[in-house]
Amino acid sequence: MTQVRNFSIGGPVLEVQNISLRFGGVKAITDTSFKVLMHEIRAIIGPNGAGKSSLLNCINGIYKPQEGKILFKGEVLDRISPNIIARKGISRTFQNLALFKRMSVIDNILVGRRLHMSANFLQVAFQTPAATREERENRERCEEIVDFLEIRDIRDTPVGRLPYGLQKKVELGRALATEADVLLLDEPMAGMNVEEKREMCRFILKVNDELGTTMVLIEHDMGVVMDISDNVVVLDYGKIIADGPPEAVRTNQNVIDAYLGVAHD
Amino acid sequence: MTSKPILGPYSQGDILRLGAAMAVTFLVLPLIIQSDYWYSSILIPWLCLALAAIGQQFVMGYAGQLALGAAGFMAAGAFALYNIELRLPWMPFPLALFFSGLIAAALGVLFGLPSLRVRGIYLMVATLAAQFFIIWTIDKFGWFKNYDTSGIITAQDIVIFGHAFTSPLEMYLVVAAVVTVLTILAINMTRGSVGRNWMAVRDMDIAAESMGISLLRTKLQAFALSAFYCGVAGALFAFTYLKSLEPVAFDIKLSFQILFMVILGGLGTINGAFIGAGFILLFPVVLNTVGNAWFHGMIDATIISAIEQVVFGALIILFLIYEPLGMAKLWEKLRARTFGMSAVRPTVPADLAQKP
Repeated sequence: MTQVRNFSIGGPVLEVQNISLRFGGVKAITDTSFKVLMHEIRAIIGPNGAGKSSLLNCINGIYKPQEGKILFKGEVLDRISPNIIARKGISRTFQNLALFKRMSVIDNILVGRRLHMSANFLQVAFQTPAATREERENRERCEEIVDFLEIRDIRDTPVGRLPYGLQKKVELGRALATEADVLLLDEPMAGMNVEEKREMCRFILKVNDELGTTMVLIEHDMGVVMDISDNVVVLDYGKIIADGPPEAVRTNQNVIDAYLGVAHD
Repeated sequence: MTSKPILGPYSQGDILRLGAAMAVTFLVLPLIIQSDYWYSSILIPWLCLALAAIGQQFVMGYAGQLALGAAGFMAAGAFALYNIELRLPWMPFPLALFFSGLIAAALGVLFGLPSLRVRGIYLMVATLAAQFFIIWTIDKFGWFKNYDTSGIITAQDIVIFGHAFTSPLEMYLVVAAVVTVLTILAINMTRGSVGRNWMAVRDMDIAAESMGISLLRTKLQAFALSAFYCGVAGALFAFTYLKSLEPVAFDIKLSFQILFMVILGGLGTINGAFIGAGFILLFPVVLNTVGNAWFHGMIDATIISAIEQVVFGALIILFLIYEPLGMAKLWEKLRARTFGMSAVRPTVPADLAQKP
């Protein structure tokens, strides 16, 4: 990477400690631990069904692991619910697009500002000065995001009508609007062409460089992973088989075996 | 492009339209309409039902919770107002009306609780409990009817600042004032963060939660405000239109009518509530008049009412298939075609017709 980073990588911000997640008899994640460092871009890779999305869902509070714990900024995340974890500063995007389909692009991004808006329904109903000021300020922030992501021309389009690549962009915009410390990006570039992927990488790097947002992203495109991530975790069958800088992971024998399909014991 | 908001969530066009609507409601209509029939049989019930339909919009059109029990909350509001007027006669009417709405809102929270566990058609069945439980309670416990055995209780007069609003025109003005205020508040909420949170829950609840929206609070808030609007609507409906209180007036049929108003009018729109209520209310009147004028009694009245049902059913099916956004969307398209202005407003949901 050649960009100048405003934030150098610091200590651990997110610590996953020995978590195990089972659905009935199916083990999705087994005794997995790793640390995400402050301001880094961390990739999670692995074959299909390795438990990558389940891992993000555990961090985000959608799933509750049966064993182990997750620490965020040194604090154990024990009251597991996505909205409580959002309040602590972890936001995300979803693998299969979870946008508000019937709402416009700008309204989707505005929902991302939820935690920056505190006016209650009475203040909104009566349009008190506090409520209108808050609405105006947050709208301004969202317009900046619209400009940053270069999606001004689709600002008022309901997202359900947009092509897939643009929807992915809007979802990133909504996650950015939260200004969370940690963003979990579940396959942000899935289904995109080379051009779109390059653009998406540029946005992710720019946000990380300028705002220092810690990113945890799941990605299948090895080229992308090697280019943008600081560290890579490799999952296979719900277990971590490698963890380290991209170059080290690429040459790791376990990883090569997992991807080329060597028989498991 | 969307016209720019200049005052709160309102664009210049919005303010002009709202001003025009208010001028017509409070000046033009009272000046040109002399017939009491129009006030007491068309305008008053139309505004009351439109208010209830706004309540149904909150919970169904915006928050996406399939609820069916609006008439139950209307009954709660009506009997609450009756009892407040009866037992606390010193209370000013606007305050009594407000408390009636609050009582309905409390019940709304209670009967909204199932929405935290079930959704879709199952929630619809669960919310039917409100309909039956509230009506049953009023019938079962004589206290609510002040131990009246005649079955029909006369509603008290509406007295504001010592003046009794008894003529149809006066009652119409009271209803119009309340509906105007609550409609503006509804627009403010639905175009602001409150409405956005509801729609986020409607469109993708797990993502909404990941953005920090509490599903519990948001859903119950929608149920509470919905029941508040229905409660006030029911109280006005009983006191200005029926002029009496009888639980039968708030049966399940009325709940279904309000549901149809919202579907035909257009889910997730406030003007759809008015259009839908107007249509459902006026359609039988028009059909009757047309039937009488064209066929001079050749067609039996029962057949006309049967035709009414058939046409209603067909219209609902047609709207769900071809224009799920309802008549409000048709109106916008028409306006866009006629005046060449953009019909797309950011908060208007686009493709409700998610083919399963």
